[in-house]
Amino acid sequence: MRKTFNFAAVLSAVVLLCCGALILNQNVSAAGEGKISGTVKFDGTAPHMRGIDMSKDPYCVKAHASDPAKMETVVVGSGNGLQNVALYISDGLTGSALTAVPSEEPVFDQKGCVYTPHVLAMDINQKFKVTTSDQTTHNIHPNPNPMTGNIPWNQSQPPGASPVEKSWKATEMIPVQCNIHPWMHGWFAVVKGPYATSDASGNFTLNNVPAGSYTVTAWQEDLGTQTQKVTVAAGGTGSANFTFKGK
Amino acid sequence: MQTTLRKWSLWLGAAAFLALPLASRAQLASDQLKVWEAAPGSVSHIGNITGHAKDAAADYRRYCVGCHGELGDGNGEVAQWLLPPTWPKPRNFQLGIFKCRSTPSGTLPTDEDLFDTIARGMDRSAMPQWSTFTKQQRADLVAWVKHFSPRWANEKPGDPIKIPPEPEVTPERIKAGRDVFARVQCWKCHGVQGMANGPSAATLTDDLGAPIAAFNFTEGARPKCGDTDQDIYRIFMTGLDGTPMPSFADNIKPDEAWYLVFYLRTFMHQHSKEKEMAKQLGLKPVDPNAPPPAASGQQ
Repeated sequence: MRKTFNFAAVLSAVVLLCCGALILNQNVSAAGEGKISGTVKFDGTAPHMRGIDMSKDPYCVKAHASDPAKMETVVVGSGNGLQNVALYISDGLTGSALTAVPSEEPVFDQKGCVYTPHVLAMDINQKFKVTTSDQTTHNIHPNPNPMTGNIPWNQSQPPGASPVEKSWKATEMIPVQCNIHPWMHGWFAVVKGPYATSDASGNFTLNNVPAGSYTVTAWQEDLGTQTQKVTVAAGGTGSANFTFKGK
Repeated sequence: MQTTLRKWSLWLGAAAFLALPLASRAQLASDQLKVWEAAPGSVSHIGNITGHAKDAAADYRRYCVGCHGELGDGNGEVAQWLLPPTWPKPRNFQLGIFKCRSTPSGTLPTDEDLFDTIARGMDRSAMPQWSTFTKQQRADLVAWVKHFSPRWANEKPGDPIKIPPEPEVTPERIKAGRDVFARVQCWKCHGVQGMANGPSAATLTDDLGAPIAAFNFTEGARPKCGDTDQDIYRIFMTGLDGTPMPSFADNIKPDEAWYLVFYLRTFMHQHSKEKEMAKQLGLKPVDPNAPPPAASGQQ
């Protein structure tokens, strides 16, 4: 009788523990659905973006016959939204939210002798692809600081070449250029954890953010970085709005 | 009064003189340097020769330090007088990035690559041919060069690219090489006649942002990473890291690569076999305005 009682006690304890683990687990996955969203605005008169003289390569000129190419150092869109700002969580992330590497592969395309997108954000160790849509030869030449652990490389992509698949080992804002078309200049924004780049209206969303308090950093290649403290409730949406002043 | 002044200036001068080596000593004793010196990788293996960094210290101080600097950062006292593109800046060994490799772009070179570079020197730069060194001295210097970069402690050199045996040169193969030259658009920088006057040649810069010239095949100069057929094959397949020259390994098949070597030879020496064949073929330079020919099936 006593033995049976003992057994029942142990069994119920095990069941309770399992339930507890399940509930906790659920909490973790529910918390993963939180996000941070907001808008990046530009304050002031949008700087003049110089047109690009592509006469070095007639193919590139033709590609922009109806839509003249301009520099993309500061791209201000409708409602003063600032495009191509990389956003990431620079402090507060722990555990799998920090270490998980997304399986999707962001694509950096060479189209009309410009980079699309101009800034490609990604996680460290996340694979990304460089593709070419052009009928002219490009060379993809990222120039990170080798001291960070990111090693520079330089690959050619003639017309019809298969994509180049790579990844980066450390967080860094890496400039990338084409030496054949010296106006081609873009960025790999390599960060740890959730990342986003602002769209043409300056809007962005950082997904998969567990509940907690964070520092969100916005990085713009010319205007620098800004940070903001944001608190996200479990499954909720934190808000972070940035304004970059013109120089 | 005069004497007091003179006495003081003497004292000051002496103090400054004594303080100078202190500053350089402090730099040498930096923690970073200690870490690197203790790091594995300060040994090199060339065939059956083993090089040891410690044995190269004296040679490095005597022959290399003027340009490459005490810390191997390419900031020796002569470096400031080397002005690109005529005189490329000395390599910064701390970065572990080298032009002449048998390994893919973005990887460390093999010990043999560095060993060969020391003996070969760098044509059209201040780097002479150190062929006067014994093999042992060169192997030791390779180990010394490696000890400057922490990369050798954490990474292995890349796998050297495989170079198939060189086929026989025929007019058809030279013509096929011309198609490769047109398809991957070597002429964008090197020019349709290999004279380094392509449309992109004037704006080329290296990883430091310094101007750099494309190789002119027609002047009789030696390519920086060697002038044998294998060297030329290797140069465009691995690329020259730190420069605008990319790797074409993903886009040129091994047999096509040999044809391209043959075609490049038609630009190079005044009386080469390939040049003669091209002449008999009546081979014209590629037309920069024609659309590039399609690849003969991707790899």
